[in-house]
Order: sequence, then C-alpha cells, then structure tokens
Amino acid sequence: MSGALLIARRELRAYLRSPFGYIVAAALLLIDGLLFQAFALGGGARLSADVLHDFFYFASGTTMVASILLSMRLLAEERQTGTLVLLNTAPVPDSSIVIGKFLSAFVFVVLLTALTAYMPLLILVNGKVSLGHIAVGYLGLLLLGAASVAIGLFGSALARSQVLAAIIGAAVLVTMLLLWIVARVTDPPLNTFLAALALHNERQNAFMRGLLRLEDVVYYLAVTYFFLLAATKTLEARRWR
Amino acid sequence: MIEVRELYKYYGEHRAAGPLSFSIEKGEIVGLLGLNGAGKTTALRVLACDLLPSSGTVMVDGIDVVDQPHEVRRRIGYLPDTPPLYGEMTVHEFLVFAARLRGLSASDADGRARSVEEAAQLEGVRDELISSLSHGFRQRVGIAQAVVHRPRLLILDEPISGLDPVQIVEMRQLLRTLRGEHTIVLSSHILTEISETCDRLLVLGEGRIVAAGTEEELSRDLRGGAQVELSVRTDDAAGAREVLSKVEGVRRVEPLAPRETGPRVVSFRVEAERDVREAACRALVEARLGVLEIVRRKNELESIFLRLTGADGAERGRNSDDRGSAS
Repeated sequence: MSGALLIARRELRAYLRSPFGYIVAAALLLIDGLLFQAFALGGGARLSADVLHDFFYFASGTTMVASILLSMRLLAEERQTGTLVLLNTAPVPDSSIVIGKFLSAFVFVVLLTALTAYMPLLILVNGKVSLGHIAVGYLGLLLLGAASVAIGLFGSALARSQVLAAIIGAAVLVTMLLLWIVARVTDPPLNTFLAALALHNERQNAFMRGLLRLEDVVYYLAVTYFFLLAATKTLEARRWR
Repeated sequence: MIEVRELYKYYGEHRAAGPLSFSIEKGEIVGLLGLNGAGKTTALRVLACDLLPSSGTVMVDGIDVVDQPHEVRRRIGYLPDTPPLYGEMTVHEFLVFAARLRGLSASDADGRARSVEEAAQLEGVRDELISSLSHGFRQRVGIAQAVVHRPRLLILDEPISGLDPVQIVEMRQLLRTLRGEHTIVLSSHILTEISETCDRLLVLGEGRIVAAGTEEELSRDLRGGAQVELSVRTDDAAGAREVLSKVEGVRRVEPLAPRETGPRVVSFRVEAERDVREAACRALVEARLGVLEIVRRKNELESIFLRLTGADGAERGRNSDDRGSAS
C-alpha cells in the first residue's frame, strides 16, 4: 500500500506542476459556471431544489469528461515516455501501481469538484435547499467521478498513446451511459438488467434529487472496482506478451 | 548470481530471444553484444523482471523471476535504453522517489540519494528539473536511480549510447567505481567500449548466444591461431614466401599488396598455429632478407562480432594492429 501512496503522491504532484492539470481545472470550472448561469439561474422562478438538481445534472457531465481527460495519461503517458519500466521493475505489485494512479486522478477530481461548491452555496443564499441534498448530490458526483476515472484508467492501461486511451475510455463510458436507451428497446428480463447497468440515468438521478440509496453507492463502487481490476490484469498480461 | 536455462521469449509468433542458457558469477561485469534485434534488450528485460519468460528458468541469487518477482526486483537495479525519468521532478526528488519505491525508508532514501548524487557527480544539478538536463546528465541520473537502493545486480541497457566522447570517458569511470559493489550486466553495440569495461562477453545473434568468453578467447576460438603480416625488401618474392612457409607452425602464406611504399617491398600475411613473429623474423634474417615490418594482427572485436553474428558479408571493421618488434 505504501507503494500505491508513493505513486499517488508523485502523480498528484505531476498534475499540479503541469499546465495540463490547470487547463482541465479551468475548463471544468468555466463550463460549470456558464451552465449554472445559463440554465440553473436563468429562466423564470423555480424551486431551489430543481435548480440544485440541474446543477448536479450538468456537473455530472463535466465531471465525466474531466475524469476521462485526467485519467487518459496515467499509464499511456508512462508507456510513451518509457517511465513505466521504473514502476514495472520496482518491488511494487501491479495492483498498487493501478491504485496509486487511480488515487492521484481521483483526488484531483475531488479537488476540482470541491471548487464548484460555491454554486450550490449561491442557491443557499437566496433559496432553500437542505445541506443533505447538497451532500448527497456531491457524493453522487464523486462516485461517478471515481467510476469514470477507473474507466479512463482501464483505457490508459490498454493504449499505447494518450489519444487512444481517451478514445477507449470515452467509448466504454458512453456505451455504459447509453445502456438505458438500449434497455428501452430490449425485451424483459434483459431490459431491467441493462437499465441497472447504465452509468448515469437512474443511478445519478437519485443523487441529484438528494436521494441516497445503498444500491447506487454499491453500483458505483462495483464499477470502479471492476475497471481497476481490469486495468491491473491488463498490466499483468502485458508482461507475458 | 544469475542462472539462465533454456530461456525463450516470444512476442506473439516472433521469437525475440532463445534458447538462451548462461550463468554469471557474483562480481562479474558481463557484456551482451549483438546487432539490433539480436535479443539483448529482451534478455535484459527478462532479467530485470520487466517481462516474463515464455519458457525456461531465470534465477537471480537463487530466486526464480516468475515465482518471486518482487524478491528479485529488490535485488536489481535496471537502466533501460531510454532512462526512465520524470521530467517535472528535480534530480533529488526523483532519486528519493526511486529509492522509496524500492522499499527504503524516507530518511534512508534521502541519504542514499545524496550519496549516489555524489558518486555520479550530480551534486551541481541536484535541484534542477530533470527536463532541463542534457543527455549526458540524464544518463547519469538513469544510472543513479538504478544503484540508489544498493542492488546486488545492475542491469544496464546501452549505457553509453548517445554520449559524446567526454561523457563516454566519464561514464566508463562511473562504471568502474560501481565494479565490486555490484554484479553488472550491460549491453552495448559500441564494441570497443564493451571490451574495455567487461570481464566477459556474450555475443548474441538472432536471439541465441553465438559465442561467449573474453575478447581474447573469442578471437582465438574464431581463428584458431594467429595471423602475422610482414614486409621485406627483396627481389625474390617467391623465395621469401618459401622461407616463411618453412617456419614451424605456419599453415599458409599469402602475398599482400605492399604495406609501405618503396623499392622492392613485398608483403605477406602468414597464418599460423600460434604467434610466429620471432621464428619468422629469425628465418628471414638468416636467409639474408631485410625485414621492414612485422606485425601481429589482433582480431578486433568488431570483426569477431561481425563473423559470429553472420553479418560479415562486407567485413567493414579495420583490424587494429598490435605492433610487435622484430627480435
């Protein structure tokens, strides 16, 4: 585990020292702010809870995009620059490499998400929303962020270049997003299974409304675990190739 | 220290290395020599536990690389052909990170980083970002990260590659200082470098070991004797050739283009079972022939290399001359 923390710390420092991390952060905050201004605050009088729901809705979109962008480099960049060999030849299990990489990107996503907190707090000034609603909404964003980072990391474990990693990560993520549409045109019992697998629709909606359901939390943790495991197995398999 | 038995490594259908069997003793410096694609890097990556072998056994310090890779990794330091460096870190930060990654505590890592910085003459750039360093310095940082945790086995893939002549001399000195503390396996295609630095050579061709031994042993095995080139001043080239062919141990005498300008100079190449310079010189003098020059051809590594790896279609290496005195 100490190996994972060591890798996570180095990686997080790399985000903070490179322009890339700041560019992603600035873009996310700018787009979130614009969307908040245009859709949540704009228009006629609405319930504060609906405004908050809308905020979490578009923030979930930008969080997914930021997660893929932040995670695409994690392993693919190291493979491109030849530094992965340093980790591969150190007495650190592949699972620690993957966990360390995941933690760094996830902590960065947490920092970015924390920076958006002024928007729901603005709603609190003139409206009436519960802190519980805000907290649950943010928990949903972070769980979605964790699952998206894990998917991006899996893409990064497979690909030789960052662009390819982003494409693979985005393809997997979008496929999982669209499963609810596929579920609508599928016969039972497959449709309920596909709907339950969908990354955003039903799952995230509950969080956005301030509804905390254990099954949704378990779902996001399971998706995160599954893709971290897949990334670890991909790294291991590469040694045999 | 290293025992390799029937090692094969395949990339898909392509056999990158194998069958490879060799052993390396503790404290030895062994050079892997081969053309690009001969399997050097693959063999080193397997030794460094970066890749797993397709079949065969590799034991480092009595530990199998497949069964206990982490135990082996603790014992090795590896410098791949491109040094694995994080450009956004300073030299010191990076070396501390590398040491901690190999299991050293924070305080030990700091101390070790400082001591390898000193050994690799990196103190002046300790706080500089690695991305701002020149190629020579980067290569030194690469070696420093490989030795920072005091590994018993040091694996260096082309450590001299891309360095300028001054840097090569410095790198050679650095390698000498590492001798004794570590068993070293290095690969290079700079032939003179590998012969100067290594105790023993393993010559690889198409994934296999085609020869092993010291440079002298390889040379002797290949030719099975010695070659001497000589020039005499005479009108009777045939007579001189006759005298030489009667010297004991001589197998063959071939005329050569005169090795120097001047009247009546004739040159020969003598192939013999052993070094026949003294006997040949005596025979020529007794036959009242003027000996101008007598030279033993030392089989330069490059020509051994080209012959062993089957790449001697056009032997391009000029053989260096080990000039012997006529006595």
